[in-house]
Amino acid sequence: MANEKVRNPLFHIVKRKNIPWYKAWAIRAAAIIAALIVCAVITMLLTGENPIQIYITIFKGAFGTPRKTWVLFQNLSILLCVSLAVTPAFRMRFWNIGGEGQLLIGGLAAAACMILLGDKLSNGALIPIMIISSIAAGAIWGVIPALFKAKWNTNETLATLMMNYIATQLVAFFIIVWEVPKGSGKIGIINQSSEAGWLPQIGGQKYLLNIIVVAVLTVLMYVYLNYTKHGYEISVVGESEKTARYVGIKVEKVIIRTMLLSGAICGIAGLLLVGGTDHTITTTIGESRGFTAVMVSWLAKFNPIFMIFTSFLLVFLNRGASEIATVFSLNKSFSDILTGVILFFIIGCEFFINYKISFRKKGAKEEVKHV
Amino acid sequence: MFDLVSFIPRAVVQSIPLLYGSCGETLTEKSGNLNLGIPGVMYTGGICGVIGAFLYEQAVPAAEMKAVFAIGVPLLCSLLGSLIMGLIYCFLTVTLRANQNVTGLAITTFGIGIGNFFGGSLIKLTKSEVPSIALSATHKYFAAQLPFAKDLGWFGKIFLSYGFMAYAAIIIAFITAYIIKKTRVGLELRAVGENPKTADAAGINVSRYKYGATCIGSMIAGLGGLYYVMDYACGVWSNDAFGDRGWLAIALVIFTVWRPNVGVPASILFGGLYILYLFIPTGMLLSVKELYKMLPYLVTLIVLVLTSMRNKRESQPPEALGLSYFREER
Repeated sequence: MANEKVRNPLFHIVKRKNIPWYKAWAIRAAAIIAALIVCAVITMLLTGENPIQIYITIFKGAFGTPRKTWVLFQNLSILLCVSLAVTPAFRMRFWNIGGEGQLLIGGLAAAACMILLGDKLSNGALIPIMIISSIAAGAIWGVIPALFKAKWNTNETLATLMMNYIATQLVAFFIIVWEVPKGSGKIGIINQSSEAGWLPQIGGQKYLLNIIVVAVLTVLMYVYLNYTKHGYEISVVGESEKTARYVGIKVEKVIIRTMLLSGAICGIAGLLLVGGTDHTITTTIGESRGFTAVMVSWLAKFNPIFMIFTSFLLVFLNRGASEIATVFSLNKSFSDILTGVILFFIIGCEFFINYKISFRKKGAKEEVKHV
Repeated sequence: MFDLVSFIPRAVVQSIPLLYGSCGETLTEKSGNLNLGIPGVMYTGGICGVIGAFLYEQAVPAAEMKAVFAIGVPLLCSLLGSLIMGLIYCFLTVTLRANQNVTGLAITTFGIGIGNFFGGSLIKLTKSEVPSIALSATHKYFAAQLPFAKDLGWFGKIFLSYGFMAYAAIIIAFITAYIIKKTRVGLELRAVGENPKTADAAGINVSRYKYGATCIGSMIAGLGGLYYVMDYACGVWSNDAFGDRGWLAIALVIFTVWRPNVGVPASILFGGLYILYLFIPTGMLLSVKELYKMLPYLVTLIVLVLTSMRNKRESQPPEALGLSYFREER
């Protein structure tokens, strides 16, 4: 035989069983710091400012004024809401990247209620109808790919992706149907004078309601995933479908039920955006949150509590980077570049949490046995 | 009467970016990598070509430009840009075994950011009134047609009215299809995408194939961005103009059931669906046009469901699509 002499590679990669949580977070923190350094270098090359100044600007962009802080928390709550929505699906390895479409449809349902029923019903009756229809619309949009998946094992990543664009065009269609004034191609603020269907403001703060709703949802989702039978079933299906079938879990039922829930929560996010803050609908109202939510959820290891931090991180950077863009008169897309770089680092660092590299040692034989 | 002679050429020019994108993505997916970063890669391919062409146009007066450089410089820049994106994706998913969906989405964010940022900065540099950069000198070279094409009436219009990159796209699609289907390299590539463990056991270098297919796939996809700017858009770059064509290219991969040769007619069909709303008389009902724009996605979804219903083995996604391979995991 040719390879009589066993070649020993310089290093090889071993899967880690368990890593203490503080070590894992230390690695992630190191990655973020490394990413920030790279980002600072990039910004320095493009603007010639010193990095400390850049970080101060980022911080100012996020927390500079009370208004900016509120906007930060508003963005955080909506992003977190969509992330919460996609998480149960991800836990069972159902890659729902259709959060965007489900959010849009939920928002569309809310807008439809506001426009069509705004002058017929009082807020007391209108708002419950809006809530129900948004949730139902989102749930239906989410369950369609789930039905295909359950019945024929249709690839859900691609199916949910297509559903996004179908939703976008549906919204575009209704925007033109309802446009005010005719020919403008947009709806404008709905029910500006009567404020019919506007969700109530708590304590005079426009964004407080959204923040509270999402905070409650976060806790509920945490409990649902970790302490209920449903949550347990989702985890089993995610680990191994075969095991799930063996222990008598109806996998199809779990898939459909979970996607109903997933879509419903996206519907709520749409409702909060349309009814709570924007009071209008556009095709870009979701601001690609459906995609960002995938990253938020994955970075947090599908844990709702950690997701508060990961979504905060992304929103913070986004707000900060757009402040850099304005202050140093760079293009707005600069924030996308910075976000991209930071994501690459965080995605990459997971490797060092899940695997360890062991280098070749002198007593190579023992090492091989050990592995 | 439906004006076919003007419809077909417009459908074809719409289809070429999609064809490049889907051809590259098919090659990538055959290795088991689901690269959702294709929209970003195509943006990067486009903007890198624009940067190359911009620098060349600035350096050399229009009269002294040589066709070799006018085409070669943007082409090389574009290939290099999309290669780098492909390498980032591979390094994260193959070497570091990161989740492919997340990495792909990050690449898309990053790539679109790069495109719009450098696009916007170049626009600022040129101090133009409109938010776009016009590279008309370069466009002339990219859109050059055969000299006698105009004299051939409808035949010339339908078959010969395109720049060289359109024909290149079709040739590349057929070559890719041939390589995947008929050659040893293609067989091994498919083995890696279907079942990397078996491929590894058979002595195929899984990582090398994944890197190779994904990087070449990215470069092909990036050309789609280049074609869009230089030929379709007449050398005019404006931010976000490329739109969601990248996602449509991914849809096309499913629509063609992972066959680049089917991609040629399918992309023309998609191109046709994409612009159909311009040709269907809807009268005053502008809103209906928006519903027509839904068609490509709706058709893709239906095809996706139908192929999974029929469950034919030839028309399934690669078995290991979207999964990272780790040799020591059992």
